Amino acid sequence: MTSTAAEPDVGERSTADRAVLEVRGLRKSFGEVEVLKGIDLDVHEREMVFLVGPSGSGKSTLLRCCNRLEEPTDGAITVDGVDLLSPRTDLNAMRRRIGMVFQSFNLYPHMTALANVTLALRLVSKLPRAEADGRGRAALERVGLLAKADAHPGQLSGGQQQRVAIARAMALEPKVMLFDEPTSALDPELVGSVLQVMQDMRELGMTMVVVSHELRFAKRAADRVVFLDEGRIVESGPPDQVLAAPTTERARSFVADLLQAS
Amino acid sequence: MEGRAGFVATFFDADVIANYAPLIAEGFVVTCVLALLVVVTGIALGLALALLRGLGVRLVGWAIVAFADLLRALPPLVLILLVYFGLPALGVPLSSFATVWLVLSLVLAAFAEEIFWAGITAVSKGQWDAARSTGLGHVQALTRVVLPQAVRMTVPPLTNRTIAITKNTALGSVIGVGEILNQATTAQAFSGSATPLMLGAIAYLILFVPVVILGRWIETRFAWRP
Repeated sequence: MTSTAAEPDVGERSTADRAVLEVRGLRKSFGEVEVLKGIDLDVHEREMVFLVGPSGSGKSTLLRCCNRLEEPTDGAITVDGVDLLSPRTDLNAMRRRIGMVFQSFNLYPHMTALANVTLALRLVSKLPRAEADGRGRAALERVGLLAKADAHPGQLSGGQQQRVAIARAMALEPKVMLFDEPTSALDPELVGSVLQVMQDMRELGMTMVVVSHELRFAKRAADRVVFLDEGRIVESGPPDQVLAAPTTERARSFVADLLQAS
Repeated sequence: MEGRAGFVATFFDADVIANYAPLIAEGFVVTCVLALLVVVTGIALGLALALLRGLGVRLVGWAIVAFADLLRALPPLVLILLVYFGLPALGVPLSSFATVWLVLSLVLAAFAEEIFWAGITAVSKGQWDAARSTGLGHVQALTRVVLPQAVRMTVPPLTNRTIAITKNTALGSVIGVGEILNQATTAQAFSGSATPLMLGAIAYLILFVPVVILGRWIETRFAWRP
């Protein structure tokens, strides 16, 4: 561990600017290739942070380290005051508090939408079936898909599948939600419904970290945009600053290209 | 005897049928029981090995691969003879029935393990990610998310392999298991007629045609829209 930051004291912090997710000196190598070269990032309660950057810049890897789907090589990650990398930490219990949404939805194809949403509620949260179903239906209702509770993923559009995937993560009532390019696999006309659900979640006060190329949405909805390049954070700030007037040449050309394309 | 009459007299001699049908029927029961036992223990053991391999302990993985490769490479008849004549010398006498059950179970297990393993690895990594990200443990993710999808993919190859290996119960005739073929060859020797062999063939059809049809049904039943 290179980080010298002291363990956060859960009791003394004010809730107003409490960091739900703290990343310190995070490094990740795949073999010889170092993908993350020392990342420091704080995400505060109710904040929506966008991670942007060229492909290969390490955005997705950073996100996947935050629930240890990737094992960091070095550094520290704290979620809701708990050291995520400590061997004493119950990782499966922590993962319930860290929702994740994937580019390719990853719904379980052999289960109905409701069963997708309730599986972890029953197996991990150990809720009885009736209660799990109740919470599952409520989660599906929030993403506007209660009517599709008994449909299998194959019967749903991409946008609907992604909303079910969001409901699956939300049903566990996480402290923070990680979105890994949630709209990149969607047809353009289906993107809006997913972004709308994310907007709704933001209004409900969910803390969110989003890897996405939807810069127009970022401009409208994000509290902060973090620009990654070659495994480092090169810019961080409010969207109108980072997206409208980037200070580094790298960020400027990236943003210009993307806004032009969209 | 010529033509059609000769054919009927050779393969469907009414007297021989009357005399030896009960004997073939006895063999039919033995083959049924043996095949059922082989299918149950072989597939269960194959699945257990695939799950064990899934735990990711390197040494265990190597041992399972070695077992599977060895048993898939050896002709089952060689194994049957080796076990039947070898084990008593080591002080472990096995009946001919138990020998065939054991050997064919191990052979089916070897193939089934490879088929289940191929199915498990064919399930997209994103399924693991999704399951683990919601807090499911490795075993829960495997049994509730990955395995149900893997098993659906394995049904066609597993059905074929199971039929191929259970047909090998006929090898039991070599060491005197009283299954269909053994009864049929015995009856053929006593009667001097090929009719008992035809009865045996019909008995195999009665046993395996429904299994083939069942395999087809399972295939369509387990198919789902991805």
